[in-house]
Amino acid sequence: MTPLLALEDLTVHFDTEDGVVQAVDGAALAVGPGEVVGLVGESGSGKSVTALAILRLLRPPARVVSGRIRFDGRDLLALSEEEMRSVRGAQISMVFQSPRTSLNPVLPVGRQIERLLVRHGGAAPGQAKARAVAMLREAGIAEPERRAGQYAHQLSGGMCQRVMVAMALATNPRLLIADEPTTGLDVSIAAQILELLRDLGRRTGAAILLITHDLGVVARLCDRVVVMHAGQTVEWAPVRRLFHAPAHPYTRALIRSIPRVDREIAMEPIPGAVPSLLAPPHGCRFAPRCDLVRAECTAHIPLREIEAEHRVACVAVEGR
Amino acid sequence: MSTLAYVSADGGPARRSAAVLLWRRLSRNAMSLAALAVLVVVALTAVGAPVIMPYDPDEPDAEHALEAPSGRHWLGTDLYGRDQLTRIVHAGRVDLLVALAATAIALSIGSVLGAVSGYRGGWIDQLLMRVIDTIQAFPSFILAMGIAAALGNSVTNIVIAIAITHVPIYGRLIRGEMLRIREMEYAEAARTVGNPRRRIIFHHLLPNCLPPVIVQATLAMGFAILTVAALSYIGLGIRPPTSEWGAMTAEGAGYIVSGEWWVFLFPGTAIMATVLSFNLVGDALRDVLDPRMKGV
Amino acid sequence: MLGYIGRRVLLVIPTLLGVTIVTFVLTYVLPGNPALVKAGPLATPQHIAEMERRMGLDQPMAVQYWRYLRGLFRGDLGESHTTGRPVLEDLIQRVPATLELTLAALLVALAAGIPLGVVAAVRRDGWLDHVSRLVGVGGVAMPTFWTGLLSLYVFFYALGVAPPPLGRLGAGITPPPRVTGLLTVDALVAMHWRALASALHQLVLPALVLGFSVMAPLTRMVRATMLEVLESDYIKAAWAAGLPRRTVVYGDALRNCMIPVITLIGVVFGFLMAGNVVVESVFAWPGIGNYAIAAMMSKDSGPIQSFVLFVGVVYVFINLAVDLVYGLVDPRIRLR
Repeated sequence: MTPLLALEDLTVHFDTEDGVVQAVDGAALAVGPGEVVGLVGESGSGKSVTALAILRLLRPPARVVSGRIRFDGRDLLALSEEEMRSVRGAQISMVFQSPRTSLNPVLPVGRQIERLLVRHGGAAPGQAKARAVAMLREAGIAEPERRAGQYAHQLSGGMCQRVMVAMALATNPRLLIADEPTTGLDVSIAAQILELLRDLGRRTGAAILLITHDLGVVARLCDRVVVMHAGQTVEWAPVRRLFHAPAHPYTRALIRSIPRVDREIAMEPIPGAVPSLLAPPHGCRFAPRCDLVRAECTAHIPLREIEAEHRVACVAVEGR
Repeated sequence: MSTLAYVSADGGPARRSAAVLLWRRLSRNAMSLAALAVLVVVALTAVGAPVIMPYDPDEPDAEHALEAPSGRHWLGTDLYGRDQLTRIVHAGRVDLLVALAATAIALSIGSVLGAVSGYRGGWIDQLLMRVIDTIQAFPSFILAMGIAAALGNSVTNIVIAIAITHVPIYGRLIRGEMLRIREMEYAEAARTVGNPRRRIIFHHLLPNCLPPVIVQATLAMGFAILTVAALSYIGLGIRPPTSEWGAMTAEGAGYIVSGEWWVFLFPGTAIMATVLSFNLVGDALRDVLDPRMKGV
Repeated sequence: MLGYIGRRVLLVIPTLLGVTIVTFVLTYVLPGNPALVKAGPLATPQHIAEMERRMGLDQPMAVQYWRYLRGLFRGDLGESHTTGRPVLEDLIQRVPATLELTLAALLVALAAGIPLGVVAAVRRDGWLDHVSRLVGVGGVAMPTFWTGLLSLYVFFYALGVAPPPLGRLGAGITPPPRVTGLLTVDALVAMHWRALASALHQLVLPALVLGFSVMAPLTRMVRATMLEVLESDYIKAAWAAGLPRRTVVYGDALRNCMIPVITLIGVVFGFLMAGNVVVESVFAWPGIGNYAIAAMMSKDSGPIQSFVLFVGVVYVFINLAVDLVYGLVDPRIRLR
């Protein structure tokens, strides 16, 4: 299966007053058509930066140092800004956290969808309104005609996120990137939004790259998972495998640290702290905290396939 | 997490002393450094004026009246033959003194009012805020005009007039800070230990409000100088024989039509250079002490 | 929305009262005995005492304030010795001159300042940004009277393109019939082209000077607002949705920037009214600022405090108007 999106060896640096922050180092991931892939990691692991890099939304002081972002056969990093603009919102859409602030406060929400349809969806202005309302209805918003004329501040947080999802999928993109779409939402609303994402994704055939730090969400929604730590991709695997047989020491520690209600075991936090990205260790950035560390860990560790569709960036793991 | 955030060295910027940071900030920017230098020069010459200036600012010299800038009189002379450079430096003393005094008074009163208002809340807060609103209901220069006209033209009265119009600046600032920090842990701790309210406000909390106050005071100095100069220009401020930059500019106004440009130009330039320097230094201070206020 | 309007209007009342209290205090703290001044230089002590009684100066403060307030409602702002007329009459006669100058300056400031601030923010660190910062920082530091004198020297004395600062119309030009009091408008209406040309000619320099003095803080504030807007989440989302630059920056961002800028207009008006006094002095412009200064010069105490009161009241109402417009324009307030 040729992936719809394939990131290879992506490196992003930030030029700051205190020095160069190596935010992302050789990251990789792949999303197949119609797949739901979870991108997991702690705060500061570089997942959001990676997402922004895909859509080429990074601005100075950020800079993409190297890498390839293959989407639908083209390297996105090689496209002109104009070509990129026809990819954004049309072939790849993005949904952000804090839905209310992601909507323009002075435009009715319906109009915000309409203009996307006109620009990317080839809709005539007359049709756009009806299509926007239909999209709102599909996103589970009651009384969509009335809501379309309302402003962001008149909608609840959950409704705003539904609008964002409707906006993102209105143009039938091949890929939807959702960056922590449920942060700040009520648990029950969050669950509904995630269901919505999955259902609409299936219905429109869009692939979803779901960025989150919540392993529970991943378990429920994703087909495959990519794990990042301190800017590096450390593991990727189908979701069941990741939870039942995590290979990378970091992933294992992550899974172990999930509190369980069915058994009584002590909580095991991961020792040490996330390394500084200003002066990160050479090679594997988890090495300083790892109990399987050895000499080879200071060299660059590539992602190695240890089983079908299961790749790990660790020398201590057995497998091919 | 902000999508463009990054993790810096040990989770946060290293704790460098504020003074070192301040120096770094000022010296990195050539303009701030120049501004600081200007201020130092102005202050020094103002203080040392009677000693270092070669001429007597008040002594007329009819032979050399209205002379253009020359080797003898770098900034020319006025109608009475007095050396402009000397007069400008002496006038600087008055302007700086007025600005300093007005700022100090406004700062003190405003801080106390703001602190009490912010910490106590309730009817005291409402009352004090009404008072501050009333002062701010007028454009500040207009109010200063009214107060100066009512009280009279002395230096003291001008200081009072400017100070009154500046009180709201500090009042609101401190009140805002108070509201922000009174719920913080160290305030809670001080309360639990049993400190009397007055001590908590003035000993524990107020010092933490200092940084934005320092920034604001520096910027307000420039504003105070502009106010006293404008008041004096229209005749409501400092009157001759005391020399003052605004009044000197007014004296020079009449000579524009006859071409003696130096009489009005240099005092005005002195005002602008000094105010500009205060503003630049204030901006640099703000970058260091209170980055939240950036762009305001 | 109605609640917002109602609240704002109600809040005006205590503010106005506060304004009158301030000017009352200032009037009665004035040097000299108002009764003495009114009774005249030949008054005997009995006359003065009689005058004091008639003016109510022997009453307690609260009563005097009440009399003062009642007088204000009747339109009694005192009398001017220099003109011999009620101050209110003098002010009304002179307001159009100030109004014309203020409006012209406002136009200059908005037309130049807002675009400059916007472009400076959009093309951050571009040459226009540096210009805007120069204007912002320099303009705020330049005393308005100095800018006025400098421009007179350059444009009148040196270059000869500006007229002598002798008022609103050149020598020998008959004023058009008074319709609004604004000479430019009246001349236009009456089609007195020579008068129109002369009025504009006289207006240009003072309007530019006053406008420039206000442009500096305006540009800074617009730039800061626009920068903030450009960093907001919805703008980032708009970029991510592939909307063209034109739409994101000059559509969405600009629209959101202009709403808070409306509230800035109120502040700008405050600066305008303050700068007006000085500019009228420099250019001998026959407005209310010059009137107040002249009165003070001849120790005529009434006009200054009435001037302060007048400006205060106008400022309060302008801020009210600005708040109401803001409420209408911002959907977050207009709709609940």
